[in-house]
Amino acid sequence: MSPILQLENITKNFPGVKALDNVRFEVYAGEVHALLGENGAGKSTLIKIISGVYRPDSGTIMVDGTPVQINNPREAQARGIATIYQELLLYPELTVAENIFMGHAPRTRFGAIDWAEMSRRAKDILASLNIHDLDVRRKVGTLTVGNRQRVEIAKALSQNARILIMDEPTAALTEADVVRLFDIVRLLRSRGVGVIYISHRLEEVFELADRVTVLRDGQYVDTRLVAETTRDDLISMMVGRTIDNLFPKLPAEIGAPVLEVRDLVRQPMTRGVSFTLRAGEIVGLAGLVGSGRSEVAQVIFGIWPAESGQVLLDGKPVHIKSPEQAMKLGIAYVPEDRGTQGLIRKMRVRENISLAVLRQLSAYGFISPRKELNLASDSIQQFNIRAYSPEQIANKLSGGNQQKVVVSKWLASRPRVLIMDEPTRGIDVGAKAEIHRLMSELAQRGLAILMISSELPEIVGMSDRVLVMRGGRIVAEYQREEATQEQIVAAMMSETFVTVNGS
Amino acid sequence: MATQSLAQPAAVRRGPLYAARSILGTQEGVLAISLIALIVTVGLINPRFVAERNLTNILQGYAYIAVAAIGVSMVIISGNIDISTGSLVGVLATISGTLAVNGVPIWLTWVLPVFVGMLVGAFNGFLVAYLRIPAIVVTLGMLSILKGGLISVTSGAWISNLPDGYHLAQMRLLGIPMPIYFMVVLTILAALWLRYSATGRAIYAVGGNAEAARLSGISERRIIMTVFILNGMFVGIAAILFATQLSIIQSTVPPNLELLIITASVVGGVSILGGTGTVIGSTLAAVLLSAIGSALVFVNISPYWLRAVQGVLILATVLADLLRRRRQRL
Repeated sequence: MSPILQLENITKNFPGVKALDNVRFEVYAGEVHALLGENGAGKSTLIKIISGVYRPDSGTIMVDGTPVQINNPREAQARGIATIYQELLLYPELTVAENIFMGHAPRTRFGAIDWAEMSRRAKDILASLNIHDLDVRRKVGTLTVGNRQRVEIAKALSQNARILIMDEPTAALTEADVVRLFDIVRLLRSRGVGVIYISHRLEEVFELADRVTVLRDGQYVDTRLVAETTRDDLISMMVGRTIDNLFPKLPAEIGAPVLEVRDLVRQPMTRGVSFTLRAGEIVGLAGLVGSGRSEVAQVIFGIWPAESGQVLLDGKPVHIKSPEQAMKLGIAYVPEDRGTQGLIRKMRVRENISLAVLRQLSAYGFISPRKELNLASDSIQQFNIRAYSPEQIANKLSGGNQQKVVVSKWLASRPRVLIMDEPTRGIDVGAKAEIHRLMSELAQRGLAILMISSELPEIVGMSDRVLVMRGGRIVAEYQREEATQEQIVAAMMSETFVTVNGS
Repeated sequence: MATQSLAQPAAVRRGPLYAARSILGTQEGVLAISLIALIVTVGLINPRFVAERNLTNILQGYAYIAVAAIGVSMVIISGNIDISTGSLVGVLATISGTLAVNGVPIWLTWVLPVFVGMLVGAFNGFLVAYLRIPAIVVTLGMLSILKGGLISVTSGAWISNLPDGYHLAQMRLLGIPMPIYFMVVLTILAALWLRYSATGRAIYAVGGNAEAARLSGISERRIIMTVFILNGMFVGIAAILFATQLSIIQSTVPPNLELLIITASVVGGVSILGGTGTVIGSTLAAVLLSAIGSALVFVNISPYWLRAVQGVLILATVLADLLRRRRQRL
């Protein structure tokens, strides 16, 4: 029997990143095939290629053994490939039946929509999934997340999907919904549908999947039968990432505690977080996307003020209600998304660098052009920013240089605590090493650094101490000497598949 | 490119051709050159167009629009919009005239409406900044309130019998009409302030990327309040220039005045998406619009075409901006 879907030698490049490199993957009818990998391993790119959102740079895609080209999502649908994304793509103002038949509603002889037929068929499809408690005339916007997901699945079946891609389908579900979802997936498998199942929760893979393929850094690692593999096997396959591109961390003297966080709470993502950050120390904060890593940083920085708990700076309690206030106290936050939160693309390099310290550069409300230019020129030199002039528009720089501009903006305010969220994501190897060198030097000068990162080599390579978050809490802590990628991944992945419930 | 030394200005480095290109690369440069080209061309067709008297008329005619456009440009640069300025000009002009005919000291009839304008601006700003209502909705509401209120109170009647010494816009200094001074001086002051003050920079930052600005410690609310209050002030000054230019005050302001003001901003290179543009540009655009209106008369084209020409200018400017943006991948 040949696979219903087979991908060979798939390569996809994005500017500066090789997202997929010679990846292979196949799905048989009546199989649940799990796709595993860390954040950024290439899973999303792969499913976007299968569902026609991206086109591969090279490689072949075969459906039922015939090579095909999938140019857009519509063509993927026509070949029986349906995708259920994490963010469900339904129309909240339309009914269940309308959503299921969006784009291919049954027609009467006169070309008008046959509402009766549509309701009847929608009910049939839901019934075939053992769903009998869903009124097809209800507006989708009024349904729970679990029910909306069932509508998505019904929609896929109404288009005769034979290959169903599910991207982290349990991320937002309650326990009862997860159980029902698994029943539906098993039902589909028994009917010969090939299911591609993406999840960060290893328990789900063992409970549901027949085979599992692991990707790492855009490369194919291996495909195994789930029955013949173990949790530890999968973890070691996921984490064997190379670390030779890192700048070696320089030793720094670790001093007194600068930032102490006690039982910090801000629902729903920060649920009682405590840790201490010392002068000269780099603390790595690891966790899956959605574990609450960035949210903790944003609570400390005052973007979402804490509901309860305590933050101490130099042993003194402080109440931070806004970024402005956090900055005055000497905390800086280099946000995760350079494009939307860090850089003002239309502005010049000079204007971006001075943005957080306008007041210090001004007298009587006017910015001193000389001071501002000096700051910009010094930063360009110190951080080796490759801009032809401080007057260059920031958007024209490469990703790595944009990141250096954002970092220098924050260092201009001379902080004592620096929080960096994904400091090297999406930038080239050279710029990465330079940012790492910079972090090392800043720590040597006594700055306390909290580094959030999805890249385990970066976490293990740069941190004096590693904290691991899951479900809005810190669940593990390792000293530099004892931290290994395997341990961290094991702590990141949940023990049971219902740690974070949608409330 | 990376090996070039850092301190030299770009034009020195690249020679005169680059300098010419960089002038044409800015909206202000394009407007200045278009204005000169228009004046020369129409002047050759009809020499009376370039008579001193007509050139003065061109500068004076839309001076109040240029002044209002300074404020509106600031609002648009901050990522917001104000579509109520036309009605506000009408209301403030009527307040000024009513005070004047009732014997209030003349300087007060000039100053009080400006304060009322700032109050209205503060109210708009409050709704946008603190209640998070989109600016277009807030000012659409304000437009109706002001326009409806004005017509109800005045019943459309004109104000006449204005006292001597009231007509600020008719006064001259060294032979040049006052509105021209207002336009030039306010434009230069506002341009310097926007370019060199910390608040001016923050206005561009909020319009360019509100979240990044907020994370950099800039108070978005304070900036939005500031631009709306300043906008109220500039619209107030524009209203005084409008009220004092004729011997009567029409409570019916030119229809679509707010759109003409926004046109000046947009044609002047202020991006409707926020974050870029200058008030020099918007003032040059106001003068250009005024010159086009006058030119149509001098080459015997029906002035009704003026609206169509304005429309073409808006589309051409936005298109040029779009192409520039695409080239820079903004």
